[in-house]
Amino acid sequence: MSGRVFLFGDDIDTDQLAPGQYMKGGIEMLSQHCLEPVRPDFAASVRPGDIVVAGRNFGMGSSREQAAEALRHLGVAAVVARSFAGIFYRNAINLGLPALIAEDIAGICDGDAVEIDLEAGELRLQAKRKIVKLEPLPDNLKRMLADGGLVAHLKKRFTAERNGETGQ
Amino acid sequence: MAATLAQKIIARAAGRETVTPGVVVTAKVDLAMIHDSGGPRRIEPILRDLGVSLWDRDKVVLISDHFVPGDTDEGARILELTRQWAAERKVAFHDGQGICHVVLPERGHLKPGMFVVGGDSHSPTGGAFGAYMFGIGATEMAGVLATGEIWIKVPETILIEWQNRLSDAVTAKDMMLALCGRLGMDGGQYQAVEYTGEAIAALSMQERMTLSNMAAELGAQAGLIAPDATTASYLEQTGANIGPSVDEWQGLRTDPEATLLAHHVFDAAALEPQVAAPHSPANSAPVGEVPETRVDVAYIGACTGAKYEDLKRAAAILRGRRLASGVELQVAPASRRDQDRATAEGIMKVFEDAGAKILANACGICAGYGANRLGENVTCISSTARNFKGRMGAPSSKVWLASPLTVAASAVAGRIADPREFLSDRGNSA
Repeated sequence: MSGRVFLFGDDIDTDQLAPGQYMKGGIEMLSQHCLEPVRPDFAASVRPGDIVVAGRNFGMGSSREQAAEALRHLGVAAVVARSFAGIFYRNAINLGLPALIAEDIAGICDGDAVEIDLEAGELRLQAKRKIVKLEPLPDNLKRMLADGGLVAHLKKRFTAERNGETGQ
Repeated sequence: MAATLAQKIIARAAGRETVTPGVVVTAKVDLAMIHDSGGPRRIEPILRDLGVSLWDRDKVVLISDHFVPGDTDEGARILELTRQWAAERKVAFHDGQGICHVVLPERGHLKPGMFVVGGDSHSPTGGAFGAYMFGIGATEMAGVLATGEIWIKVPETILIEWQNRLSDAVTAKDMMLALCGRLGMDGGQYQAVEYTGEAIAALSMQERMTLSNMAAELGAQAGLIAPDATTASYLEQTGANIGPSVDEWQGLRTDPEATLLAHHVFDAAALEPQVAAPHSPANSAPVGEVPETRVDVAYIGACTGAKYEDLKRAAAILRGRRLASGVELQVAPASRRDQDRATAEGIMKVFEDAGAKILANACGICAGYGANRLGENVTCISSTARNFKGRMGAPSSKVWLASPLTVAASAVAGRIADPREFLSDRGNSA
């Protein structure tokens, strides 16, 4: 996957990703306010394939998975961060949105064109000819992402079970 | 082999003798708690899509608390959908009885040693009962309701020991705000936090629940406290059938030789009332170090700030006093049962006499929901757990976090105030 970088700092919380006052509405409306408190033009400027890069503890706060769903709905292809809040991380993978941990994001700038190679565990900064290493995903999560998220993964498992094969 | 409390509970749930930190295992869930926001409205479409029913309806508890009291059309519609689902799926349902984290143990659903998931980030509250409980999102919850299982990366344990005892007017909330400041919002590293020490042993269950709840603010997955006589006594009052299992609890503790990720030691006796400045619980400092700050709204609410004991201690400060002019005090008791008890003991009357506005037993503005959201530029002092920008109202509003005692003191003073100035039963009138 490849796209432009939208760069954020540390501690981006779920109220910024999915503001509570729009939670009663659908994802269409909610996603239009995604990250609005920190970057009001985000929903209007982000394009399918773009990549969110952030500092530490991305997605801290609520368990609302709309925080990850809003990003995916806007077409964000992956979130790369120094670290993630645990529940956000699980939610993102469950919804088929790759959440990738990078040890060092210092060389990445807002607007950079980048390419992510999940297999190789690399984020490549095309113009700067620089490679940022990404932590490999655990095997169970790799399988879930490859299936397209938890629901698709479970469908596959249930189908296999109904057909008398072993699950997983 | 020496193990932590977290490892022991997870090993049992995963059907293994032992588990090793860092390893991913699949565990069987003993109980799943859901609420009206992340619950039926989001889970039912997924269950339908999967074409499955609940793995075990006796292990599912539904509690309405986010859209209560249904004061918007959309909120009322979501509550209606929630009620229909409870009837169709025949699960235990507590409707409008209070905030899920308080209602779940209050109605006897939790027991030590259980492996529990909750559809809310403050689910670590269950750890106060020696249960391994953590929060998950709605899709993952649908997966649990369909299969009864969940994957978990076995956590390391961060032991947080509080020596000695808290002094007057210092609470579990003050402990947690101090911890958020010291360890940071990701200090828990999504591992298990376990609280121990003399100060913890001396705390009531409701205070322990505040500690475990706010393990979420430390970024931990769970916030555990080993069960003891206080736990047993609370559970007996709820009518939970604990029977002979009390003996089994003896093993539900971290072995002295178990490997820990970290062991922090703090002195409870030296802790002063804390406040956290906008917009993070980690911006905490002793109340005396805060510059003069006028408040517009004082909010006593939420699962970490409006349980029976919170109400009782806040009322002790308000008794015989009036709110400062221009200050609005809002009180949202955390559960119906706690409010009934407070009413019977004359505590709710103290709030009414002081001029407080009494709100529903629900999450309210703590979750950013409802009609009482803070307006532009409002300064609020709140007994809640989070003060992220815009969470409780307009992005320009400023929320300070504090214990319910400090909130009550500030409501009377009209500025952020030290509750120790108002302990009139100490003989020196404030």
